[in-house]
Amino acid sequence: MATQGKKKRSAHLSHLLSFVRKEFRHMLRDRKTLLILFGMPVVQVLLFGFVLSNEVKETRIIVVDQAKDAVSQALIEKIEASSYFTVLTDSLPPTGITDAFRSGRIKAALVLPVDLQRDLLHDGRNTVQILTDATDINLAQTIEGYLTAIITDFSLADGMAAPYVIAPETRMLYNPELRGAPNFVPGVMAMVLLLVCVMMTAVAIVREKETGTMEVLLVSPMRPVMVILAKAIPYLILSFINLLAILLLSTTALDLPIKGCLPLLLAESTLFITTCLTLGILISIVTASQQTAMFIALIGLLLPTMMLSGFMFPIENMPMALQALAYATPSRWYYVIVKDIMIKGAGISALWQETAVLAGMTLLLFALCLKMFNIRLDER
Amino acid sequence: MSTTATPHSIVAEGLTKRFGDFVAVDAVSFHVNKGEIFGFLGANGAGKTTAIRMLCGLSIPTSGKGTVAGFDVYTQTERIKRNIGYMSQKFSLYEDLSVTENIEFFAGIYGLSRDRIRTKREELIAKLGLVQEADKLVGALPLGWKQKLAFSVAVFHQPQIVFLDEPTGGVDPVTRRQFWDLIYEAADVGITVFVTTHYLDEAEYCDRVSIMVDGRIAALDTPTELKKQFGTGTMDSVFYELARGAKRGGA
Repeated sequence: MATQGKKKRSAHLSHLLSFVRKEFRHMLRDRKTLLILFGMPVVQVLLFGFVLSNEVKETRIIVVDQAKDAVSQALIEKIEASSYFTVLTDSLPPTGITDAFRSGRIKAALVLPVDLQRDLLHDGRNTVQILTDATDINLAQTIEGYLTAIITDFSLADGMAAPYVIAPETRMLYNPELRGAPNFVPGVMAMVLLLVCVMMTAVAIVREKETGTMEVLLVSPMRPVMVILAKAIPYLILSFINLLAILLLSTTALDLPIKGCLPLLLAESTLFITTCLTLGILISIVTASQQTAMFIALIGLLLPTMMLSGFMFPIENMPMALQALAYATPSRWYYVIVKDIMIKGAGISALWQETAVLAGMTLLLFALCLKMFNIRLDER
Repeated sequence: MSTTATPHSIVAEGLTKRFGDFVAVDAVSFHVNKGEIFGFLGANGAGKTTAIRMLCGLSIPTSGKGTVAGFDVYTQTERIKRNIGYMSQKFSLYEDLSVTENIEFFAGIYGLSRDRIRTKREELIAKLGLVQEADKLVGALPLGWKQKLAFSVAVFHQPQIVFLDEPTGGVDPVTRRQFWDLIYEAADVGITVFVTTHYLDEAEYCDRVSIMVDGRIAALDTPTELKKQFGTGTMDSVFYELARGAKRGGA
């Protein structure tokens, strides 16, 4: 009896292996898709890293210096010295600023009043005017922040502030230089894993339904669960390779070291990959065509991941309904986990809640999968 | 314990499948002999597919009795699956795998050993005249060859019964004829063939033919007997006589 059970198990294993081998053949033979799958994470990381950046560099600014004294000169030099701004030196009347903004020649303007030095010496305070082009809100806010920081720093350093001015000292923890990479690398990781695991898995299974081979597989002694497992394994391996590639790129090309524990990061990623695979399988069970599967994966998952995971827009600012939706998105939890491990160096003790939510979601999806799968199998 | 000793490959007694109020297959009874070529005809929606799914162990019947290859359709579906072959109306090989890879894969999931697969594979490829094409992708083969290969793969593990669900759809008459030669060959070595078709000339090739109408078996006999019963010379008119009374489906 025991040997029979053993024999049976090894038979199942060899079925599974020949199945996995076949899946790899499908995958490797489809060169175009393979290129996309491996190229995408690399391109995304490099794109976000070097091209699409929130960081502000060499913003063109005009300083309307009505004071033209020592203080104003020093301030202008200080602004120019920072890599964030390029100061245009043409002297403009205040009315000319509007035209400069409209033509796009400048993104910001700083107006220094005539009596800058006098007021500072007498009252110990003064008001300068900052104008920014708010057609791009993020840019405008960043510029305003940088400029304010420079001016505050200037007045403190040069000892011109009155003794009783309370200047807030802001420290940006974990990411003092306000770099974009810590934000988007976890985002790209979530996105790529989602795309590979959910979409590719769903499409791969539905393709067999479309071509009719699924029927043949179901009539074979291969257990339906095995069929699906065999489909998921190659994509699991593929997404792991992708994951390592992203991490390698971000540590080398983008100088973003992993502060936390790498095994923990990989373990959490495996959990998320499992969540995604389960989702992909669920989609494949309820859909009958590759197009529908792809559509659901893209609209139903990729968009929420980009919009709602907090990767592009802060969840805190969303209306309640969207916030609720965000909390139901698995990638939102993974995104937080990756960010905390990579950037803050957090351990499992700080992340067990997020991990539990993700694990719970996976179990729920898995149960749903099994239920739907059995229904489908009987009614087709 | 099993009833393998009976001469019947398939036995159905009052086999019924309901989906809610809809009775897809209504108390169907028949038996298929070992090595017989059994034609399973019926208009679209008559319940053929549901019946085949029950016999293949894909769908559990609502009521009635049934055995396939001596195994019970309720409790022994796993063993049924190991003893049957299946080829569907949709072409059922992988187009992006080569001829060799397709054979290896399907033989593999039926648990054939590697050595067995290798020797039998060479034999089959030689028999089908595909030696030159062995490493070509199946997608590049003409439809007729694909169809023949699909059938050969379905019987590669030497099942007791092979179910063919409209195997010759969209194939030209010459290839269809050649395909039937393969079916005869399989029947000669003792494989029971259970085949559905829309081509009524093919019904003539069967040992016996059943015609399903509205979930029931309306007629079952040899083609010669059926034609005599209905007083016509072709299976075409036999089928038409029966199918025009159908209340569901589009014939």
